[in-house]
Amino acid sequence: MGRYVLQRMMYMLITLWVIITLTFFLMHSMPGSPLQHEDKIPVELKEQILKQYGLDQPLPVQYVKFLGNLFQGDLGTSFKYDGRSVTELILQGFPASLQLGLQATAVGVLFGLLLGCIAALRRGSWVDNTANIFSILGYSVPNFVLATLLAYFVGVKLGWLPVGLWHGPEYSILPSISLAVLVIATMARYIRTEMLEVLGQDYMKTAKAKGLSARTAITKHALRNALIPAVTVLGPLVINLITGSLVVERIFAIPGMGWMFVDSIQIQDYTVIMGVTIFYSALIIVTMFLVDVLYGIIDPRIRIGGVKE
Amino acid sequence: MDRNNVLEVKDLHVSFHTYNGEVQAVRGVSFEEKKGETVAVVGESGCGKSVTSQSIMRLIPQPPGVFKHGEILFEGNDLTKLPEKQMEGIRGKDIAMIFQDPMTSLNPTMTIGKQIMEGLVKHRKLGRAEAKEKALEMLRLVGIPSPGSRIDQYPHQFSGGMRQRAMIAIALACAPKLLIADEPTTALDVTIQAQILDLMNDLKEKMDTSIILITHDLGVVAETADRVVVMYAGKVVETGTVEEIFNRPRHPYTWGLMGSMPRMDLSRDTELTPILGAPPNLLSPPKGCPFASRCPHAMKVCKEQMPETTDASGTQRVACWLEHPMAPSVEIPHDLVGGASK
Ligand SMILES: Nc1ncnc2c1ncn2[C@@H]1O[C@H](COP(=O)(O)OP(=O)(O)OP(=O)(O)O)[C@@H](O)[C@H]1O
Ligand SMILES: [Mg+2]
Repeated sequence: MGRYVLQRMMYMLITLWVIITLTFFLMHSMPGSPLQHEDKIPVELKEQILKQYGLDQPLPVQYVKFLGNLFQGDLGTSFKYDGRSVTELILQGFPASLQLGLQATAVGVLFGLLLGCIAALRRGSWVDNTANIFSILGYSVPNFVLATLLAYFVGVKLGWLPVGLWHGPEYSILPSISLAVLVIATMARYIRTEMLEVLGQDYMKTAKAKGLSARTAITKHALRNALIPAVTVLGPLVINLITGSLVVERIFAIPGMGWMFVDSIQIQDYTVIMGVTIFYSALIIVTMFLVDVLYGIIDPRIRIGGVKE
Repeated sequence: MDRNNVLEVKDLHVSFHTYNGEVQAVRGVSFEEKKGETVAVVGESGCGKSVTSQSIMRLIPQPPGVFKHGEILFEGNDLTKLPEKQMEGIRGKDIAMIFQDPMTSLNPTMTIGKQIMEGLVKHRKLGRAEAKEKALEMLRLVGIPSPGSRIDQYPHQFSGGMRQRAMIAIALACAPKLLIADEPTTALDVTIQAQILDLMNDLKEKMDTSIILITHDLGVVAETADRVVVMYAGKVVETGTVEEIFNRPRHPYTWGLMGSMPRMDLSRDTELTPILGAPPNLLSPPKGCPFASRCPHAMKVCKEQMPETTDASGTQRVACWLEHPMAPSVEIPHDLVGGASK
């Protein structure tokens, strides 16, 4: 197990390095440069600023320097917000994004599970049909459309909840729902299909033949087995949430990382682009790893790095 | 209900409602099981063996399954009518079941030990530690080596034969009065088959359990059963003691079965002759004897009316028109006679 984790860590670092490299060179090949819109700055001053940030040097040299700094935990300073380090900016935006992501994941997984289970156990009933329609809708409506609709109807028309900004728990409700619906829909669909499959398995008959009640048989035997495939989609779903929040944060004017990311690309704030990309990539890679660990916990057959005995 | 019987099945009818109509899987099955007896149920695939045995445990999914008619008497209760809560108290405690495929009948995400303990905790009201102790004892009893470490392993770490041993441990943990084994050895390879059967017989003696054994292997029947129930198209066509069924079978279907199934006790060069044709469709079973269309001795009446079940001896019962006093006498195919003297 220890070796397996170590091996995974190695792969994770390599993946991160590839992403950093690709982003670095792609970013620099974008047309324009950080100071192109600043017409009022004299040419000499521009050159001095570029020099100060090391942008006058050849690209490979910049790349090596960047990696060197990165190893020391230094992501550089922002071009736009003068003098503020990228790390500081990230730490400022992250709490809101994290809260949003966690809330959406928790709500999504919990309700998705419930909905999927009920649909499977009451197969063919109105609950099942309603859940199915909801799943298809939740699956096909993009989160920015949903976010806009929620903001307009619940926020503006009904005035029940704030339309934007981030000043307390109630401000997180609409954006969380906008993000969670896809998770609920996907989870519900997976759990329903899996649950039906599992309920027909021989070991469920064994469980009943022991004298377990239908409820015990479901909670003790069916649920865990039905969860296994759902865990595999959890990874991509959470990643979807992370990237989805880029847009949703924008719609609800939340001062999170998403906002910062989009902004930094538009004004070519190189250091912020790099910093946020690295941060998001690391987040996604770690999420995938955690999902794999979770998978191993739930399914004993793939523990010990997938080796069967 | 006879005091010597653990179980009496009386005129059981079970159907499944499907899109195509009503599948009459079991159409009037009656048999009884005496205390300490092993009753073998034989018959071609699809004749209703599993449905009958799962009806006893009431494991038939309802819907689509329905009990149309008949009784299953166990200790004075009709199991077809017992409230679900009481039925839960009987399953696993008084009646237990082993299924055909040990690869799929154990939960892959629960340790073997926990799967054995569940029944003990439920029926014997044991605490965790006691239940674990008892589970260890069961693993030892069914012959699993180093049970102390095996108990915390998962099914995928067990071989097929060991899984079936574990299944037996689960089934027998609460010392049930009746054990139903639905083809417990079919999915195992030959050497292991014999071991599992020996184990079952051995434990049956030790624990004083009665067994209903469903099997396709007549050799197994000859070796382990006291009595035989021959089923065809949802009906019992013949029952009798092992000696009667092997030495003096009376139903042409039983003759066909004897001639078509492999037997460990007969020499290898005995030729197998398959029964020609196929069993009737249970969506619309024939009104006469279901075997008539395949029976070399079928008469006009066979196709029109189902024969009564008649006593051929105190223990042997047959449902065949050839038993009728006015029927022509038909010889048992001579290669079957005496072939199975034990
Ligand atoms: N859930 C179900 N829905 C519809 N028909 C069913 C269902 N379960 C069983 N049947 C039908 O009942 C009949 C008897 O099936 P059963 O499983 O008892 O046969 P069997 O004698 O056990 O055969 P085998 O030797 O292959 O195990 C078959 O025709 C089968 O198609
Ligand atoms: Mg069967």
